[in-house]
Amino acid sequence: MKILVFVNHVPDTETKVKVGADAKSIDPTGVNYMLSPYDEFGVEEGLKTKQQLGGEVVVVSLGGETNKETLRKALAMGCDKAVLLKDSSVRDSYSVARSLADYAKEYGADIIFCGKQSIDYDDAQVGALVAEMLGIPSVSVVVKLEIKEGSITAEREIEGGHEVVVSKLPAVICAQKGLNEPRYPSLKGIMDAKRKLIEEKIPAAVESRVEVIAMSNPPAKAQGKIVGTDASAAAELVRLLHEEAKVL
Amino acid sequence: MKILAFAEQRNGQFKKTAFEVVTAAKTIAGQLNGEVIAVVVGNNIASIAGQLGGYGVAKVLIVEDTRLELYSTTAFAKIIADVVKEEGVEIILLPASEMGKDVAPRVSVKLDAGLAAGCTALKVENGIVKATRPVYAGKGLVDVIVKTPVKLFTLRPNVFTASAPGNIEAVVERRQVNLEETDFAVSVKEIKASSGKKDVAEADIIVSGGRGLKGPEHFGMIEELAGSLGAAVGASRAVVDAGWRPHDEQVGQTGKTVSPSLYIAVGISGAVQHLAGMSSSKYIVAVNKDKDAPIFTIADYGIVGDAFEVVPAITAEVKKILGK
Ligand SMILES: Cc1cc2nc3c(=O)[nH]c(=O)nc-3n(C[C@H](O)[C@H](O)[C@H](O)COP(=O)(O)OP(=O)(O)OC[C@H]3O[C@@H](n4cnc5c(N)ncnc54)[C@H](O)[C@@H]3O)c2cc1C
Ligand SMILES: Nc1ncnc2c1ncn2[C@@H]1O[C@H](COP(=O)(O)O)[C@@H](O)[C@H]1O
Repeated sequence: MKILVFVNHVPDTETKVKVGADAKSIDPTGVNYMLSPYDEFGVEEGLKTKQQLGGEVVVVSLGGETNKETLRKALAMGCDKAVLLKDSSVRDSYSVARSLADYAKEYGADIIFCGKQSIDYDDAQVGALVAEMLGIPSVSVVVKLEIKEGSITAEREIEGGHEVVVSKLPAVICAQKGLNEPRYPSLKGIMDAKRKLIEEKIPAAVESRVEVIAMSNPPAKAQGKIVGTDASAAAELVRLLHEEAKVL
Repeated sequence: MKILAFAEQRNGQFKKTAFEVVTAAKTIAGQLNGEVIAVVVGNNIASIAGQLGGYGVAKVLIVEDTRLELYSTTAFAKIIADVVKEEGVEIILLPASEMGKDVAPRVSVKLDAGLAAGCTALKVENGIVKATRPVYAGKGLVDVIVKTPVKLFTLRPNVFTASAPGNIEAVVERRQVNLEETDFAVSVKEIKASSGKKDVAEADIIVSGGRGLKGPEHFGMIEELAGSLGAAVGASRAVVDAGWRPHDEQVGQTGKTVSPSLYIAVGISGAVQHLAGMSSSKYIVAVNKDKDAPIFTIADYGIVGDAFEVVPAITAEVKKILGK
């Protein structure tokens, strides 16, 4: 099996978002970056698939030099090889997907794992875009996956339940929390990852289709009302919800 | 200019988002001098399609096929793209529901169209649609424009309000889309419903519990309050990770993003990752015994007190007021 995993390098979840000088993007000063949480489930599922069916797991990220930190983390978890599609320009999901799809085609992936969404731009597009570009199946928001003789049965989360989806390989699987428990890198894994070479490639330039024209912080909320300090406040709270907020 | 609204239905019933999307399409059509067409895809849907007329849709296209009873990303993408080409549509609106989020990227590739995903506002300025979308889990907002001739937007559920329906029936036209076996390369075999419970992603009111509840056995009072409000039960990651609650209830940056009219957080501290998923709720109520808990910084109403006393009291009051 040729297993590909796409991983994104994103500001960690604690990040306070400050708008940068260009008024269009985040100010990166003091921001810590990490492997996007859903992509960690993707890495784990890639490794599990290799355990089941053999082959190799190649992890790919598109971005600048610093994306290597995230690639190293994936290597430390046990991926065999890492590829950086080196490009620090501002790209939309389409443009990212185009380059990832080009790489997947060249590599000849049997299965591709990605996260259900990156936690930076929260786009939830790249997996399905890549699949459509390659003309292959995809399943998004996957919480359960079974692969048998080239066929897949996946469960994906929808509102109020799960859809049981059937399809065939090659396919793109977008991981959701619940799919697996990502392993912690072992000490040996971390040491090995430091020695592994990260292959660098320059992806073709692709024009974005969606352009950010301004970025802002959401308006701050006015200080709320403390209705009381014990159960006796319940009546007043419910009255406020009913008469003032009119949500009951 | 033609604007297409994808009206999502499941089991022969429109989702609430269908009316939200159609209303939003009607609003921008008004500003662009455009015309709204809706498309409904499924099996046995002819009888509901006319309803959309009440929201200002002149024409509803239906694509019916027994194989479309359940969702298929490949078939639905082909149908939507075909309809767009046939009708010469320039703007396509879909819900950012699990169906809409799944199908929209595929449609965008088929049509060489840019897609702005998960929008919370649409505005027309100088004849151009400008969309606002939350990024970094709502800690930032970006205004975007789509630069391709055909443009797609998915709209976050519960944010756009559906207009009050009038009683005009729309003209319903049946469209034939030639579907081969290969168009069902990905297909849903069955749906496993989570025991009739309300999903946080769709609920208008959510009551969420956190670690302050001390144990899974105490979620009974959260369920009871939720029951009295017709609300969904939500949870913080701490309690999901502890195995107290299923992860489909998790609200937050790595859980679900919700925008209900009322969000009640009980025994939840309000870590940034939790706030990320619910800060766009219209009204937020916090019950927490620590007056300095960060959840109070975004709550509209708070009770600083012990959940074990406060929550049953709220339930009793709600029952009084709602007569249940
Ligand atoms: C990568 C990453 C992603 C994450 N994603 C999410 C996410 O999606 N969603 C999420 O929720 N979290 C997420 N978290 C976790 C988050 O940081 C917090 O740990 C979590 O939200 C805390 O849950 P909690 O509020 O239930 O528990 P705690 O922080 O332990 O808070 C419990 C609260 O209960 C109060 N309390 C105690 N007893 C009582 C009582 N008797 N009555 C009333 N109040 C009481 C306490 O004062 C306290 O404020 C994420 C973390 C990371 C690192
Ligand atoms: N720059 C990137 N490099 C590699 N993979 C990416 C990149 N951006 C997104 N992805 C993958 O696509 C998934 C969905 O991302 P998005 O559509 O941006 O929300 C992520 O979870 C990653 O697996």
